[in-house]
Amino acid sequence: AAEWRRGRRSTTPDVLARHGKDESYHPSVPPDVVAFPKSTADVSAVARLCHDRRVPLVPFGVGTSLEGHIQHPYGGVSLDLGSLDQMVSEFPDDMDCRAQAGMTRSAVNAALRHTGLEFTVDPGADATVGGMAACGASGTTAVRYGTMRDAVLGLTVVLADGSVIETGGRARKSSAGYDLTKLFVGSEGTLGIITEVALRLHPQPTAVAAATARFDDLDDAVAAVHAILLHGIPVARCELLDAPTLAAFNAYNKNDPAFRPQEVTPSLFLEFHGLSDAVLKEEADLALEACVDAGGRDVAWASDEAERHKLWAARHSTYYASCALKRDGKAIVTDACVPISKLAEVVRDTAADVEKMDVVGPIFGHAGDGNFHCILVYNDDDPPEYLERLHDVSARLIDRTLAAGGTCTGEHGVGSGKKKYVLRERGAAGVAAMAAVKHALDPQGIMNPGKVFDAPS
Amino acid sequence: MRKVLVGVKRVVDYAVRVRVSADKSGVELANTKMSMNPFCEIAVEEAIRLKEKGAAEEVVAVSIGPKQAQETLRSALAMGCDRAIHVQTDIRSDQGLNPLAIAQLLEKVVEKESPDLVIVGKQSIDGDHATTAPMLAELLGWSQATFAARLDVAADGASAEVERETDAGTEVVKLPLPAVISADLRLNTPRYPKLPNIMKAKKKPLEALEAADLGVDLAPTLVVTGVAPPPDRAAGVTVESVDDLVDKLKNEAAVI
Repeated sequence: AAEWRRGRRSTTPDVLARHGKDESYHPSVPPDVVAFPKSTADVSAVARLCHDRRVPLVPFGVGTSLEGHIQHPYGGVSLDLGSLDQMVSEFPDDMDCRAQAGMTRSAVNAALRHTGLEFTVDPGADATVGGMAACGASGTTAVRYGTMRDAVLGLTVVLADGSVIETGGRARKSSAGYDLTKLFVGSEGTLGIITEVALRLHPQPTAVAAATARFDDLDDAVAAVHAILLHGIPVARCELLDAPTLAAFNAYNKNDPAFRPQEVTPSLFLEFHGLSDAVLKEEADLALEACVDAGGRDVAWASDEAERHKLWAARHSTYYASCALKRDGKAIVTDACVPISKLAEVVRDTAADVEKMDVVGPIFGHAGDGNFHCILVYNDDDPPEYLERLHDVSARLIDRTLAAGGTCTGEHGVGSGKKKYVLRERGAAGVAAMAAVKHALDPQGIMNPGKVFDAPS
Repeated sequence: MRKVLVGVKRVVDYAVRVRVSADKSGVELANTKMSMNPFCEIAVEEAIRLKEKGAAEEVVAVSIGPKQAQETLRSALAMGCDRAIHVQTDIRSDQGLNPLAIAQLLEKVVEKESPDLVIVGKQSIDGDHATTAPMLAELLGWSQATFAARLDVAADGASAEVERETDAGTEVVKLPLPAVISADLRLNTPRYPKLPNIMKAKKKPLEALEAADLGVDLAPTLVVTGVAPPPDRAAGVTVESVDDLVDKLKNEAAVI
């Protein structure tokens, strides 16, 4: 315990508060102490200590989760993995690498800059790869390159009793035993603490082009997405933004002299990756034909790299732009994901509900995955009955989603915010099976208690 | 211009947490990730842009260091350089080989290649001397513009205009070619090569020379006698009164 004294732990109120708050509307529920380990061995030592004293333990990356994942409802230790931020090894010839859990995704790609390879998962936030693995992160590139479930080849995990295991490996496939990698990816810190992540990399595309297309109707935009996919076009990013989102977007960026306001109408932001300009042009032409057939117009290309980066940075700022619609705005972030054939009706009915209930609820998302976010905005000045309407809209959205055969959370995870929906979605027997796994790996219930499902008393 | 020569140095990667060797003789290099010096990446990028603009016909990259410096040269070739020259030496390039020796070796390469322009990074992130470019210019008797944030070569290739970043502000200088330019951060944002260019670079010409054969005295005039990490940050101390605080600021921290 002596090593944990100088600079490697903190009980300063501001530091505690920071470690209990993520990017969501869920308030800060701070830990009792924050520890700053420097290695897997350190993490193991803390886990053993917490195991012996039955103290809750929650890993912390950079705090960009969206469902209160890092709240400490039972107090305990926040394990800040920020010092585990180095690349362990790079294997460009095999297109994989191994990074410590506290390394951010932008740091991983900076380290890979001369290899011609990249780690493709892009959730918007510059999250740590450990956090991304724990939450099964996804984002704008999933439609072509998959999510963390596809990107993680293996992990180093510290278990609840401090023992350290390695899952997966460098072979591209293996049938040697249960796939523990897939178990820990998305486990949100409830089964073990990830300290290293082996990542599958992809060649940086040789030719890239982005385009925007406008539609008069949200339905038409969704139909265009469906058509692009059914044509078999390997679109790299396929994002839908509704009119309120673009209005929020324009307002948010209006003080930037370089910003050109977007047309306030349902839009698609698309990106294509190709081996050559010729291949790219073929795919893009087909996709745009599909858009126009569905009622799309005013197709504009963002050709150079700087313009493309601005487009995607802008797309990723839509959460903040939406919250900015109200002074000190906060938001319930919905994360419905449905089969693509059901996307049009679910989005249409959600938009109609938002309008009818007169709440602030811009809609945008990864239409190519059937995943969209309705950002339900409020602030502390809103009367209780506005908040009630907001929660009703969210509840009906989830009902609608589950009825369509979808999931209440496509990518953001359960945290504490979505626990009640997991039972509805997975059923009692399903949740019991998860609880059995949880009990086997964390019999004392110290690993991020109160997340994914309720902690036993 | 016919030819641009770009100097690139292989250094400890900027993101690596640097460790001091057990005997405190230097930074631990074994099992440490090495990369092209960031200011050298900017220099390479500028040279390639000159070629793309049609202001230069050929870009040659040169690096002085051990066998692994050839990997750094292949990165430069992947970014778009046409040819590379490796000046081989096993003398430690972070502290064993002095900037003067490096400048003298580069002088020999310049004599061999007769470039119209030499671009290097303003400094390396290991030595941080920032003296190689000025010394090389002096040895060659050429004009120099260091800390370049903008470079414009005249259409006739006879002169260049450089915007320099200095501690006192930005200065614009005009200089005749041939000249030595050192690249600063704001000059450009380097491109990173895609796989097809990395594969193509493996076939581009790379010539190896021995530093010992070039008639330069490689013995150091600056000798590193020891390297130590900064002291661990001590825990803070809570003081009981303002008088206590003033006393510590005066007598311990010596800041008032």
